[in-house]
Amino acid sequence: MTQVAIEPETKGGLVFHPLDQFIVKPAFGDGAVNWYTVTNLTVWMGIILLAIFALFVLGSRGRAIIPSRVQSIGELMYGFIYKMIEDITGKDGVKYFPYIMTLFVFILFANFIALIPMSYSPTSMIAVTATLGFGSFVAITILGFVKHGASFLKLFWMSDAPLFLRPIIAVIEVISYLVRPVSLSIRLGGNIAAGHVVLKVFAGFAALAVASPAAILGIIAIYGLEVLVAGIQAYVFTILICVYLKDALHPHH
Amino acid sequence: MATQTNTIAGACVDAGGSALGMPQLCAEWMPNQIFWLIVTLIAIFFVMSRIALPRIGAVLAERSGTITNDIAAAEDFKNKAAEAETAYEQALTDARAKAQEIIAKAKAEIQADLDVALQKADAAIAAKAAESETAIGEIRDSAIKNITEVATDTAKELVLALGGTADATTITAAVNARMKG
Repeated sequence: MTQVAIEPETKGGLVFHPLDQFIVKPAFGDGAVNWYTVTNLTVWMGIILLAIFALFVLGSRGRAIIPSRVQSIGELMYGFIYKMIEDITGKDGVKYFPYIMTLFVFILFANFIALIPMSYSPTSMIAVTATLGFGSFVAITILGFVKHGASFLKLFWMSDAPLFLRPIIAVIEVISYLVRPVSLSIRLGGNIAAGHVVLKVFAGFAALAVASPAAILGIIAIYGLEVLVAGIQAYVFTILICVYLKDALHPHH
Repeated sequence: MATQTNTIAGACVDAGGSALGMPQLCAEWMPNQIFWLIVTLIAIFFVMSRIALPRIGAVLAERSGTITNDIAAAEDFKNKAAEAETAYEQALTDARAKAQEIIAKAKAEIQADLDVALQKADAAIAAKAAESETAIGEIRDSAIKNITEVATDTAKELVLALGGTADATTITAAVNARMKG
């Protein structure tokens, strides 16, 4: 990760700035990026919010028994996540449905809206994904302790294993438990960021007359892949949150 | 080197506006991202939990209720149809039985009428036959009587012609005896 490798040099008319798309800058005017500054990221967060509002609130405003197309999409997502929670965490996990649904629709919409050319992708920023990952992790861990007190720690104590192995397994279990938020946030951020970088690199090659047909085909192919990745990453994040929630609700295997 | 640039405030972008290092690791921007993420998540959470999810949940529940009711109603209609079919079959059987009865009754009536008519006809035929017999008997009697008279007269004339004396009673008796033979 040296600066030379990432910081592009202009050579032979080819200009590569694959990482410039991730720059955070004030949306209105110039200046420093303070924590409250309205930035390009804020604008796209707003667009994500509006899209979610349009699909789930405007789409279902008819409250129709026979749904309109938009309403049926909302219902599909509702049913999908509801069933996922019910299947993985059981009936008592259903009351966390709004939280998990919030996570899912945010990640899904952020991933898909980021595929619009010239857009900004919040889920490619490690600060965003880490907030999501660590936030859910901390909340779920606190929930586990609130529900079960100290017996939540039995999650790490394998009573099935031979006695002399239990401490070793416990250490491994604790480490793997603590790594969960890291893997959650790196997986999501890394996938989305990598996809966008690859698209930009292909786009850079498209400026070169010889390579442009291949580059454009490459962009189309990678774009298709990224559409898959956008959906799959949202799904994976959500299903893992459900699994972790199950551990918090039922730590005694 | 990349981590070095991150720690320097305002050093995430070079003079040309390009990124220095990975923008993902630029600590300067992180508070902004986290702040707006939390704002957005809270907004989404309220939209989902207050408006969207209860509404969609209600619609789904209402739909499944409607479907259940419709299925029950369909079941009801099906049972009614089956009942109606049974009633129809019953009515058909009854009608057949009644028709059979009516046919039998009509046949019996016709038979009775026929018997009466036959009897009458027989009686009439018998009466006619008896009448005819009487008439034939009378004709025969009168014919015998005439023949006897003619025979007696003829016999009397024959006896007189042959020179005998004719006793009327003797001749009559003789003729009668001959007629019987």
